[in-house]
Amino acid sequence: MSQKTLEKLINKDGIRADGRKLDELRPAKIEVGILSNADGSAYIEQGKNKILAAVYGPREVHPRHLALPDRALLRCRYHMAPFSVEERKSPAPSRREMELSKVIREALDPSVFLEYYPRTSIDVFTEVLQADGGTRCASITAASLALADAGIPMRDLVVACAAGKVEGRLVLDLDDAEDKVGEADVPLAFMPNLNAVTLLQMDGMLTTDEFEQVVNLAMNGCKQLYVLQKETLKAKYVTVKEEETEE
Amino acid sequence: MPIFYENRQIVTPGDLLAEGNYMAGDNTYKEGDKIYAARVGLFNYDDRNLYVVALKAFYIPSVGDLVIGKVVEVSLGGWVLDIRAPYLAMLRASDALDRPFNPQRDDLPSIFDVGDLILSKVIDYDRTRDPLLTVREPGLGKIARGQVTEITPTKIPRVIGRKGSMISMLKRETGCQITVGQNGLIMVNGKTPEDERLAIMAIRKIEQEAHTSGLTDRVGEMIRKEKGGVENVSEDT
Amino acid sequence: MTASTVAPRLKQKQIAQLISLGKRLDGRGLTDYREIHVETGIIERAEGSARVLLGKTEVMVGIKIEVGEPFSDVPNEGVLTVNAELVPLASPTFEAGPPDENSIELARVVDRGIRESKAIDMEKLCLVPGKKAFVVFVDVYVLNHDGNLIDASAMASLAALLNTKLFNYKLENEEVKIKPGYTQLPMRNHPIAVTFAKIKDKLIADPSLEEEQVMDARLTITVEKDGKICAIQKGESGYFTIEQILEAAKTAQEKAEDLRKVVVKG
Repeated sequence: MSQKTLEKLINKDGIRADGRKLDELRPAKIEVGILSNADGSAYIEQGKNKILAAVYGPREVHPRHLALPDRALLRCRYHMAPFSVEERKSPAPSRREMELSKVIREALDPSVFLEYYPRTSIDVFTEVLQADGGTRCASITAASLALADAGIPMRDLVVACAAGKVEGRLVLDLDDAEDKVGEADVPLAFMPNLNAVTLLQMDGMLTTDEFEQVVNLAMNGCKQLYVLQKETLKAKYVTVKEEETEE
Repeated sequence: MPIFYENRQIVTPGDLLAEGNYMAGDNTYKEGDKIYAARVGLFNYDDRNLYVVALKAFYIPSVGDLVIGKVVEVSLGGWVLDIRAPYLAMLRASDALDRPFNPQRDDLPSIFDVGDLILSKVIDYDRTRDPLLTVREPGLGKIARGQVTEITPTKIPRVIGRKGSMISMLKRETGCQITVGQNGLIMVNGKTPEDERLAIMAIRKIEQEAHTSGLTDRVGEMIRKEKGGVENVSEDT
Repeated sequence: MTASTVAPRLKQKQIAQLISLGKRLDGRGLTDYREIHVETGIIERAEGSARVLLGKTEVMVGIKIEVGEPFSDVPNEGVLTVNAELVPLASPTFEAGPPDENSIELARVVDRGIRESKAIDMEKLCLVPGKKAFVVFVDVYVLNHDGNLIDASAMASLAALLNTKLFNYKLENEEVKIKPGYTQLPMRNHPIAVTFAKIKDKLIADPSLEEEQVMDARLTITVEKDGKICAIQKGESGYFTIEQILEAAKTAQEKAEDLRKVVVKG
């Protein structure tokens, strides 16, 4: 509930309030398989963002009439804990959460082989435990790992990152303070091996030149996070390879 | 015609495995002439067949599979079972009765009721319907004694072992009747709860170390040590 | 996968058989708790927070403090409100939607323990009598359900409250102005909930999910730091005898002391 006096978020040397350079990602760490009930799960910390993603499925659809005859139904629920933001948020879903649930689902949908499991549902849940800007992107990055952790066949992992414009400078991975005062925020989700963008939104105003630069910035952020995603999945099984070489 | 990964290398979904005239085997897919991994696992290739041994995958029914299922609903004309698959499975009343079902005479819950564990076989399954089960063969039916434990379905082959070597050893060393369901459920029926406990402990060890070699011998040793009990403790300190 | 909450009959028999011999599936004694881990201050943005692992049950609690109006019948006290979310990722049996009777009961039982034991010094939360007071929001977030959500939630709530900071303020014409610095939320008591399940006429403490699927009835006894009972909740459709209730009360007092040490120091 404190009010900060308005200071510049980026100094004249291009260093941001948290010490980052303009094109630098917030430090991130990810874990998979941390919930025992969910079929797949992942937890991501990116800067101050703390987000839990879990997957149940493929499983029978409830209610039955929603089942699709030729593919699995992918459902997604993005939700924020009441204590995740500065001013306590009511647990009831807001319009923003409903929109984000939809765009996150649409970002993950092209990556999953839904046609392998007709008449089932694959349910993805992301819970934001602490929010600091860019939560929809971090949610997608974690949700994609949760899908892989559940053993659901996928075309590629989906990775997401935002870039934008703050105080006239083009920056990568805006935090909440930067997003609030910034001139533009562009979240982007991407399947790197297939070169497919599955989420793209924008708030604010940019020239087409700036837009191109911002998209490239976001892609770079995505590529770095993709490496982290793969390492996280592999780390779970690295002991397998070590023991193999003992033979 | 390049292959981009070595045998037994870990791959993740979306990894480009190879480009060219190869066959997309298990847990891979082909787009044009590029073959990608679809699941996390160990890459393998066998001549022109590329496949991934998935480290985690759920059970998908296959006709002929022996499965252990739990009755979750008694419905008109049969039972609905949870076989730990994306789909619930059906068992028809006429199958269990071995004659047409007579709703006036036959009380289904007295045959199988909600909560019962049933050893059955998958007789029909395709994309358009839920799997259908049968209990008509000898040895199938309600599991009335013993314990049932679960492991990830991908490790079931390890519990059986090459030419059944592992499961024969387990039966011999624990004196238990052990029936393995392809869906990851294993029934253990011993003369005493202690024997059953040993068998379950062995199964847990197999699950943990499924990817290592010499496992059959190590598990056998572990069981013998546990059975030896007090006498052996002083020997290995 | 498509899972159901019905425990297999074979397992029910096994659990019941073991319990009549004084044992449990996981080898615990009838009144033993599973391994407990308590972490505090994990959500820096919240005024207080904690995460408790009780076996595989995982509960996170976040505390938010706001300035609001006191209730008219207690104009000199702050306001406490406890809410619980059984979010769908915690269990295949939880559905998204408004709180159902289980999450409401969970919130109210946790609330009762805190309120009746006067754990928070509510009078110190009054800012302007009758007009302004601190409102303490306790949000219980269940992340993984493996049985005994009540005790895990109560421990996490207590740990989070002990971790909570109130911002400093000064009053200018009944307006609350924030000053730099913090004080700890004034706490006077440390209530601990102890929950029992009744299976085959035996009482077991800290039921796991499998045990809950088999139990006839459930009894929660909340004990404050001097050993007095400050809240009780009987749940499920079965029943308890008077002897069982008194036995449970005694066991709860002993158990609460051990559990309190884990929460208050950690």
